[in-house]
Amino acid sequence: MNLSEFGRNSIWAAIIAVPMMISPAAAQQFIPVTTYDTGPYAVNGQPFMDGFVDYLKMLNARDGGINGVKLTWEECETGYKPDRFVECYERLKNKGEAGASLFNPLGTGLTYAVIDRAPQDKIPVISLGYGRTDASDGRVFPYIFPMVTNYWSQSTAKIKFIGQKLGGMDKLKGQKIANVHHDSAYGKETIPVLAKQAEIYGFEVTHFPVTHPGLDQKATWLQIRQYKPDWVILRGWGVMNQTAIKEAARIRFPRDQMIGVWWSCAEQDTVPAGAAADGYICAGFHAAGQDFPLIQDILKHVYDKGDGAGSKKAVGTILWNRGVVNAFLSVAGIKTAQKKFGNKVMSGEQVRWGLENLNLTAADIGSQGATGLVPPLKLSCLDHEGGGGVKFQQWVGDHWEMVSDWIETDQSIVRPMIEASAAKYAAEKGLTLRTGMSLGSECP
Amino acid sequence: MFYREAGQFKASYAADQSIFPIAQDRFGVLVILAVAFVFVPLVANEYWLRSILTPFLIFSLAALGLNILTGYAGQLSLGTAGFMAVGAFAAYNLQIRIPEIPFILDFVLAGLIAAAVGILFGLPSLRIKGFYLAVATLAAQFFLEWLFTRVGWFTNYSSSGVITAPPMVMFGFEFSGAQSRYLLTLSIVAVLALAAKNMVRSEIGRAWMAVRDMDVAAEVIGIRLLHTKLLAFAVSSFYCGIAGALWAYVYLGTVEPQAFDIFRSFEILFMIIIGGLGSILGSFLGAAFIVLLPIVLNNVSSIFAGGTLSAHTLSHLELVIFGSLIIFFLIVEPAGLARLWQIAKEKFRLWPFPY
Repeated sequence: MNLSEFGRNSIWAAIIAVPMMISPAAAQQFIPVTTYDTGPYAVNGQPFMDGFVDYLKMLNARDGGINGVKLTWEECETGYKPDRFVECYERLKNKGEAGASLFNPLGTGLTYAVIDRAPQDKIPVISLGYGRTDASDGRVFPYIFPMVTNYWSQSTAKIKFIGQKLGGMDKLKGQKIANVHHDSAYGKETIPVLAKQAEIYGFEVTHFPVTHPGLDQKATWLQIRQYKPDWVILRGWGVMNQTAIKEAARIRFPRDQMIGVWWSCAEQDTVPAGAAADGYICAGFHAAGQDFPLIQDILKHVYDKGDGAGSKKAVGTILWNRGVVNAFLSVAGIKTAQKKFGNKVMSGEQVRWGLENLNLTAADIGSQGATGLVPPLKLSCLDHEGGGGVKFQQWVGDHWEMVSDWIETDQSIVRPMIEASAAKYAAEKGLTLRTGMSLGSECP
Repeated sequence: MFYREAGQFKASYAADQSIFPIAQDRFGVLVILAVAFVFVPLVANEYWLRSILTPFLIFSLAALGLNILTGYAGQLSLGTAGFMAVGAFAAYNLQIRIPEIPFILDFVLAGLIAAAVGILFGLPSLRIKGFYLAVATLAAQFFLEWLFTRVGWFTNYSSSGVITAPPMVMFGFEFSGAQSRYLLTLSIVAVLALAAKNMVRSEIGRAWMAVRDMDVAAEVIGIRLLHTKLLAFAVSSFYCGIAGALWAYVYLGTVEPQAFDIFRSFEILFMIIIGGLGSILGSFLGAAFIVLLPIVLNNVSSIFAGGTLSAHTLSHLELVIFGSLIIFFLIVEPAGLARLWQIAKEKFRLWPFPY
């Protein structure tokens, strides 16, 4: 066999072998894992995906899956691009015995790209702390779950926190707030709610967009210096965050008056900024650290066997923990569905029911060793968010310190806006609101 | 042996000037069209139709548009994604503001609006050339992206700046399935590709090529530079505008201005460089290379996932292999994949007796 013949034979061998290798696994719950290991947001995507996969690995190793059903998953690289995510979505949606259980896009623009597709394919989409805010209204968006807290709720908690620091909500009057945001669907999501809050509390808000990926913000921060704000709200992602913190230090804006959103709130943002990050405050909807029985289990059953998805150093960091929380809530939805439909492989439609009827009490969370890591949640047809609170944390040189208790969100501001916005969307799309018994759950 | 034109006589000027003078070529193209229109929708599953073939066709159309401007008329442009954005947002606004117009007409109107914008940004081409023109068209790219991000009217005051395409309904039929959408895209692309092929064979195309090769000489032989260059910009932007509208309506169903950023423009420029400048076929080959190869690599790599390599390594490996293949093909044939195909055809004519 000469070289070219060898080449030809190996190509044929590959063509024949490839389809044989893709054989579907039996009796397994399939969970697609879409993330980004490449591109400007890779530093954030990696630990998140590792946490997600580590939790699933732990369940398989410790309990043999959930209620006897083994978990299986497949990773797909999106690069934080909606079109690549759609390709991943289409590729993975029919894999596994009963199709994909649910999707976690990990990106607001990515979530938008599948809002129309998810109901057609009957696959729920969890957008944990991101995504389209008005999708919290499950009557219009039955398949989208912006769980724990959405951006608008978070914004109300943030303004409350600023009020607390000032010593009363009435002190907000006349304050100047600069909203430095990533110039994308994600970054712009809070503009309407901030306008509403400014109207209620009498502060002034100005928006400073930063173009993707946000490596150069000198001009923006020069404008901020001229504007002389009392507070800066940072809504960045990836490299934009550390750059913003460094630029704030350069114009000597006090970092403890800079409040970041939870996507600007990880070690990946503060450590590279060095001393500039000292005192920087930002929001979170779950805890950091390893001091939870659940995470100890992951260390014991996954990392001690050398099976960890990523580096052990990432365990306990904010984004890794968020990946765990995301997987925890996804599995909780599947478990709820199993309670109704039996302990077997759940389809996307059944998982959707499970998520909508998820009632995660403090006792449930405690029994799984996640007290303090995951907030209690209760979802319904009307509310796909679940009513989580927001905690604020401050960077003190080498670790985060909690500087607030759970701050309740202000649903009296958020809810009417969500319903109005969802109704507008429904009108544009020609959708009717779910009422009465719909898709197996009770709607008002 | 099979690919030989011996014995095919042309008895009329029409036969001599036909698009595919060789019978085997005519037959080949018909087979490809038949496969694309009939066989593929019957056989391919939803994943292939929706997320591989449809984006491939849309990018082919955009590459075709840029190839007319850069490959045939020699005007280097980096504003392609900007013109695509014009098409997408024009189609969206026409649809929600004047819902009476059928959406297919919206696409044409969106293309015309993109053409008008293209003419506007093509004006500097009369004074500046080559790389300097590329920099001038960058202005179009950044200005248009800025415009759609900043001015709320274009996104119907959507708070996040994302538009979602209304349903595409024509004569009571809704294009919602993967097959109907694929066929819609394929029909549009086929018609426009045929138009492009005929344009570049006609007087217009010859004028473009004369301007590309040497514009002073072209002017001397009586070609109106202003007219020719602006026409190239208009036609190119028309194609890109329709591609943008298809991207928003048929493929994603939702679009934010960031989907049409500078990297998209680069991507399309790479498509025509790799596929072949000044070649209709090259636009398709280049789009296939840039759009499909990463997906193929990603699919292949997912087979190895869970094995010896971690998912992190695989995603990076994909970029490494993709980059190496670009370098490999450009070294093997700097004139692009279309040229490789042409060489293969030459070889075929002599095969199996290459003496």
